[in-house]
Formats: sequence, structure tokens, C-alpha cells
Amino acid sequence: MATVETGPGRHPEWYAHATGDKFGKIADAPIGFGHMKRKEDARFIRGLGDYMDDVRLPGMLHGAILRSPYAHARINSIDTSAALAHPKVAAVIIAKDLETLGLAWMPTISYDTQAVLAGDKVRFHLQEVAFVIATDAYAAQDALQLIDVDYDVLPAIVNCRKALDPDAPLIRDDKVGQTDNLASPLWEAGDKANCDRVFAEADVVAKRTILDPRSHPCPMETCGMVADMNPATGQLNIYNGNQAPHAHRTVYAQVAGLPEQNIRILCNDIGGGFGNKVPVYPGYVCAIAGSIVAGAPVKWIEDRSENLASTGFARDYLMYSEMCSKGGKITGLRVDTIADHGAFDSTAQATKFPAGFFHIVTGSYDLQGAHCQVKAVYTNKAPGGVAYRCSFRITEAVYLVERMVDALAMEMNVDPVELRMRSFIRSDQFPYETQTGWVYDSGDYHKAMKLAMEIADYEGLRKEQQEKLARGEMMGIGIAFFTEGVGAGPRRHMDILGLAMNDGAELRVHPSGKAVVSLSAQTQGQGHETTFAQIVAEELGISPNEIMVRHGDTDKTPYGLGTYGSRSTPVSGGAVAVVSRKVRDKARQFAALMLETRAEDLAWEKGRWYVKGDPERGSTIESIAEYAYSASNLPEGLEGGLDANAVYDPPNLTYPFGAYIAVVDVDPGTGKVHMRRFIAVDDCGVRINPMVVEGQIHGGLVEGIGQALMEIISFDEQGNCLNASFMDYLLPTALECPEHGFELGETVTPCPHHPIGAKGVGESPCVGSPPAIANAVVDAMYHAKGVKHMDMPCFPARVWAAMNGREQPPQ
Amino acid sequence: MLVSISINGQVYSHDVEPRLLLVHFIREYAELHGTHWGCDTSNCGICIVLMDDPQSDQPPYPVKSCTMLAAMAQGYEITTVEGMAKPDGTLDPIQMGFHEMHALQCGFCTPGMMSTGRWLIERHPNPTQMTDHEIRDGISGNLCRCTGYDNIIKAIRWAAAYIEEHPESARTAR
Ligand code: FES
Ligand code: FES
Repeated sequence: MATVETGPGRHPEWYAHATGDKFGKIADAPIGFGHMKRKEDARFIRGLGDYMDDVRLPGMLHGAILRSPYAHARINSIDTSAALAHPKVAAVIIAKDLETLGLAWMPTISYDTQAVLAGDKVRFHLQEVAFVIATDAYAAQDALQLIDVDYDVLPAIVNCRKALDPDAPLIRDDKVGQTDNLASPLWEAGDKANCDRVFAEADVVAKRTILDPRSHPCPMETCGMVADMNPATGQLNIYNGNQAPHAHRTVYAQVAGLPEQNIRILCNDIGGGFGNKVPVYPGYVCAIAGSIVAGAPVKWIEDRSENLASTGFARDYLMYSEMCSKGGKITGLRVDTIADHGAFDSTAQATKFPAGFFHIVTGSYDLQGAHCQVKAVYTNKAPGGVAYRCSFRITEAVYLVERMVDALAMEMNVDPVELRMRSFIRSDQFPYETQTGWVYDSGDYHKAMKLAMEIADYEGLRKEQQEKLARGEMMGIGIAFFTEGVGAGPRRHMDILGLAMNDGAELRVHPSGKAVVSLSAQTQGQGHETTFAQIVAEELGISPNEIMVRHGDTDKTPYGLGTYGSRSTPVSGGAVAVVSRKVRDKARQFAALMLETRAEDLAWEKGRWYVKGDPERGSTIESIAEYAYSASNLPEGLEGGLDANAVYDPPNLTYPFGAYIAVVDVDPGTGKVHMRRFIAVDDCGVRINPMVVEGQIHGGLVEGIGQALMEIISFDEQGNCLNASFMDYLLPTALECPEHGFELGETVTPCPHHPIGAKGVGESPCVGSPPAIANAVVDAMYHAKGVKHMDMPCFPARVWAAMNGREQPPQ
Repeated sequence: MLVSISINGQVYSHDVEPRLLLVHFIREYAELHGTHWGCDTSNCGICIVLMDDPQSDQPPYPVKSCTMLAAMAQGYEITTVEGMAKPDGTLDPIQMGFHEMHALQCGFCTPGMMSTGRWLIERHPNPTQMTDHEIRDGISGNLCRCTGYDNIIKAIRWAAAYIEEHPESARTAR
């Protein structure tokens, strides 16, 4: 067999790629930024990745979860005796067992509580009820069938509008003092009086009720864990692919009352996250409790249905929106939102922001007034509210504002690009403070919009649309211009459960001049092993091939809050640049000794310090590294060794932006939307590795196509989840994407406050594309049939209903 | 029941439950973890491996290993991602293409995707002339949540071109 002799096993140490192609050495690697193939590919293309389900420990047992068949029901009794009698079953855990461990309920990121296993009531369809541990995975599933639960079914609420009705059944009767289904107090941003004044003075007002429907991030690898509590030492090793390993460790320490120094989280390779792997799920706590109870490692891997039906969903924002104009320019926006959080408020965002960054809703426009308010309700649906490839509700905000600009353009009878061009924040207005308090760092919106129109041949498209219309064909052109605030965030006002949203980095340059850089960020496919090596390379002049990027092991990496909200480059990337510069400064001290001169007299060029005015006299970083570890006569105050630590506290978010144009054809007979072209101009500041950036954009665009055209988690009146498999929850395949590929363009407006001028890009495409596509579909229907709005997803039955004035199929 | 399956040229014989799925045989019994799974309903193609029917002269074809019982694979030759490269370690052109064209991000769908890509090239009379639609249609049984597919299509083209230029790299005689 042709594979490498030693597989990765489950040891993160294997990530240390030795030299040699099969370990990820890239032949033409740039010393710094630029196109570079990925180092991590070497193991993945050989089938040697090391994902959750690949973890195997001696004596490992397998867990499975019994889930509720009802959305809302009282539990009278749970009989586990038959399951326990199964010869392969080691233990069955139910709520009252967890109570003795103090683990029946767990805190959520949003200061709510969530049942780990339902004891009193089940509150959503497929909620966790019991946890079976058996010697093999098939037997664990068998044993689930042997558990007998007696339920009294209660009426369920799945419609957020009805959740606050006075006669609505109370979902959270577990919470002392809770008398209604309000999940958190009304939250608002912007000056309401000023906004009302702007509306009173407006020429034109557009109103829409817009639903950003419940969708799901759906990483191709589901969630899971292997918990390994060592009964002899009290050491708990947790193998779990998650996006924020350090924060998880702290949470487990708090939840389980375990000493934090005894908890080690090992994230090996992760098969995608997209926000779904940010929260702590009941299954994780069950696996940990199971390992404590059984005294053996316990593996729990959810199946796809469990992933779709119970783990972090996204969106579910119902937005009553108004936008107004005066003198042909957009002047105001107000929006009243109901946020459906499901049965527990486990929405994942910076804790002081209960609606995330939704108040970035003024978008890319220079408005006179804006106000938004968000009311959060409980329903009998799965908990979540994670940022599906999005920085904390910015996708909802951008969807809303970009739909509303199109709606307003429709009412004003102007071209939607024209209205945007008139209303954009101008490049000379940056830094720009918005009506809701954000300070945008930099941008040139007009330039990006013009470039997108040029690539698309916008005039030509509008002409083609008219010609087609005359022939009875339906074609739509949709615009979206987004500004995203990413890289949360400044510790003075952003935290998660009190933990400042900073990231650490540690850099060690070894005596041979090779380096190891350790991150608190956690890749789920973004290519950190390559791009973070490139940052060090850019700063120190060491080849990325000679820099090992370490992540995914809390014992071996510095503290930080992880990867989501496009944080990696803006925050962790900042930390890596800063730590590299610290090492460079330290290298300068050594170079001064080596060159027998003063440090101030040295100048840096990539890879070496040299004497100013005498560039021949210099020391390479490699020779400095050797010296740092071997010199025997260091002066007082200068420590040997060449390494450093840094914690990066971003002074502000970064604000990437982009101009997107979608071109669709709609079948007038069936309502099927054909995604013909997609033009994406992105400005994410400085690009570390353009290949990786473009890969991120492609991926995000397809997730946007999914949300706009296909993806929705829907429920029937009884609260049954109707989309708990890939049969019913549709992800785009290659066929749903533009046949000849995406058309990308770029402008570069460096971030003024980021050490390397980068802004982050992972989520931009997924934020900008849903409104572009929805606008295109509505554009097609408006020109052909006068239809002014439809909610996503625009799949054939719904589009057909919208264009024929029929009621939408239920959701 | 005793099941014997040839995987990557090696025969694995195990006494298994009749209901055991092929994907679990590959992962748990043959201990080849390169083949992953991603759904419960035969939709994602993450679990795809290549299956060769010794009775047929067709090239090995992709099957969803989650949708077959292990017992049904008895007598067939299975190739998983671990068996794609040549015995001397030379990568298969499809593996090179995926790396060259950045056709993978998290890597989870990659083994299945490469298997389907390999088959598309092998079964096509003129693989470098495949249309975009042919390739998209060919991989439409494989979901990828990361890459957006464009680069996967480029990678398959890259491999087809490489095989044309380096006929010795083709795995099957044609
Ligand atoms: S695991 Fe999804 S098709 Fe086989
Ligand atoms: S690379 Fe992640 S699912 Fe395809």
C-alpha cells in the first residue's frame, strides 16, 4: 500500500510536518504573502486526516442519544430497565442521574440555561432525553429502542408571532419568575426620536415584512466528542472538533466543576464548522458524564438528523422594516425584529450584544437616522442562533438592508445600483461613524460597485432582461453591497461569558532557524497551517515550509477565543504578526552583539538585520537564532533564546465589504430559479494568500446560494421538524451553482489599524450573496409580474406561489 | 457472518453482523479512516469508494459505502483513498489535481470527491474535453460545504490533462 508508513493516529504532534512532500512541503512557497498551495493538503489527499470519528482509545465505549418524538410534552416517567438489561449496554443516563452530578442543566453563551437531558418536560422535537453507553455503536442504537418514556403531550408553539400571545403555553416554566415566552428584554440601538424625524421628512417610504428563515450551517462532518476521564489522575482529555477550544475548556471547568488545569481539549482535524461547532451541546456534556460514570472513554458522534434537528441553527429573524429617502438618497431605516431563539436561548454571540451585531443594519449607506429593536422569544423549536458563516447576525442585517434598498428603489422607480451609488458612504468619509454607533475603518464603495458592474456588463444585462421580457422570459439581476464588521473584538466592550475576545500567539524560533507558532484560533478547513506560516514568513523571512503552525490542543497553545465571526485573520493574525515583530526585535539585540554595533544602527530587511549604511554587514535570522541559543557571553538583562508571546486586543473591528451581482433566469411555468452568473467583488484588505481567499469566497457563495434558494428548517403545527435529513434539507450541489464558475474581482483597501492591513474574508461571501440572489429573483418577478417581495428560500414551489399570487407553502 | 472484502489489494476477513454497512467495515474493521460519512440518507457522497467488479471490463465505479451492506461487497475489489496512490507513493493525478487547484478545504468530502472525479475521467472517452456541465453533473452526488465546487471542477480537469500528457499515470489500461 502506498500511503505513508505512520498514520497520524490521534496525536496532534503529527501536525509537525517533517520535510518532504508527503508531509506538506510546498515546492514554490513564497517567503511571505502570495499564492501558495496548502501544507495541510498532504495528509488530506492521502486520506490521513484525523477527524472526530477517527479517534479510537483503548476500552472506548459508544454513546447514543434518545430524543423526544414531541415538540412539547411533560415527561411522566422514563423506564430504562430493558435497555440496561441489554448485554452490550454499560450505562443509561437520564436527567435525574445528571442531577446528582450537577449536570442536568448547563449555562448557555447567552446567560440562559439549557437542559442537558430533559427531566421535567421536552421543549422541542428531537430534544435529548436519555444517553445510552454501549460497547459498540450499533448496540447503543438498539438499546435506544428499549427505553420507555411516558409523555403527556402539550400544545406547541412554532410561530414566533404567536409566542407572546397571552394564551400561549409557557415554554420555560423551569425559570423562576418567567411568566411569558420572552427570552430576553427588548434590545435597541439608534436614536429613535431622530429616526422618526427623518421618516417624517421623507419623500418616499418603503415597507416590507422580511423573514430571514431558519437555516443550518451543516458542516459535512457532524458534531461529536470522545471524552476520556482518567479515574486515576482526574485528567479529562476531550477530543472534540470545535471552533473555540480554549473557551470550551473554561466552560467545562465551570459546568462540571472540574479543575481547569486537568482539562485538555484536543481538536484534531475538523470537517467544517461554519458556526455550528461554536456552542457546547448536551451530547458533549453527556459524553463527559458518561466517561465519569463508566470509567472509560466514551465516544458520541451525532448522525445527520441529530445535527440538523438539534444543534445550532441560524437566522430565524422576522423583521418589520421601513426605509425612506429624501432628495433621491436613502436617509433612514427602522426595523422591529422578533428573534426566534427556540426553547433555550443559546444564541452564540458576544455576550453584551443579545442581538449580535444586528445593529450594523445601516449597511454601506450614509444615513440621517436609524433605529432597530429586537424582541427575542422562546418557541418549541431547537435552540441555537449561531452565526452560520457570519459575524453575529450580520447576515440578517445585510439581508435586511439590501432587500430594503431594492424595495425602496422599486418605490422610487430608480435603478437599484443608482440608488446605492447615490447613498454610499464616500471614501473620504472614513473613518465613518454610523447611526447605530459602529466606526467603519476604511473603504471605497463606489470603486468596488463600479468594478462589479464592469465585470457583469450591467448595462448589457439590463438590455438583455428587457429583450427577454418582451419574449415572455423571466430574467433577474440582483445587487447586494455589504459591509461586514468582523474580528470581534476589542476587550473594552466585547466578551463571551466575561472572557475578553482576544487571541494569543506564541512563537518559538529554534536554534536551526526553524519555527513553531502556536495559535488559539482553530481551523476547520480555512488553511491556517499555511496562511499563519505565511504571516510569520512575511515578518521574519523564514520559509513557510520551515514554520509549523500548532493549534487544536489547549495544553500546547496560548489562550484565545477561537475561530468564528471571521476572527482568525483579524484577531489571531494580528497576534501572530505582533509576536513575530517581538521576535524580530529580540533578534535585533542579538544581531547587534554579533555585528558588534548598537541595535539602533541596524536596519531590517526580510530575513536579516544589517548595519545601516553598510548592507553587506548583516546577520540572517537563521544565524541569529543559532547565536541566541549558543552565545556564552550575553550581557546582563538579555535572555538567551528566540521566542515570544503576544495577546492581541484589536482596537476596532475590521470592515470588509463587497459588491455582488447575481443573474438568474426564472422558469415562468415552474418557478425554478437558474443561477446563471454570479459576480463577486470583495475587498478584504491585504490578502495573505489569494488562492485561499478565493477558495473562501467560492465556498461562502455556495452557502449563500443554498440559503437563498434551498435551505430552510421548517416545522409543522405540532412542532415536528420537517427537514431533519439531507433528503429534505437541501444543500447546493455543483449543479445549482453557475455552470461556468463564479466571476471574482478584488479591490484592496488595507485596514488602517490591523498590523498587516488584513480584514478577514471567510464570511463575506455568505453574507453578501443571499440578498443578491433574493433581489435577483424578486427583480425577475417584479418586471414580469409586478411581485414586490418574497421570502427566502426561493425554491420552485415558493417562487411559483409568489408569482401567481398564491399563499406560500407553510414553513 | 464471515465477510471477506478486498480493499486496496489486501483481503480483509471478519466475522461481522449481517447488517454491518460497508462504510463501517472499511472504517472499523479494515481500520482505514480515510473514508468518511456525512449523512444517514445516501445524499452526501462523503462515503464514496471505488468498486471494481472483476467480472466486468468497466473501470471501477463509485459507490456510496453507507448504502451497501459489507456482505454485498464480498468478491469485489474496493479502492479507498488510501489505495489511490501507486505502491511507490506516487500520487494519483486526481490527488495531485486537488492539491494543485485548491480543491479541498476541510478535506472531509475529499476522499469521496476524488473517487468520483477519478471515475469521471476513466469512463470518459475524451476526458480533457468534458464540459462543465458533464463534470458538475458527474459530481452532483457529492456534497462539499467548503470549496464551492469551482476548484473541484478545475482539479478534475487538471487531472484529465495530466493523464493525457503522462499516459503512464493512468491507473487502468485503456
Ligand atoms: S454517508 Fe452520505 S451518502 Fe453515504
Ligand atoms: S472540503 Fe470541506 S466539505 Fe468539501
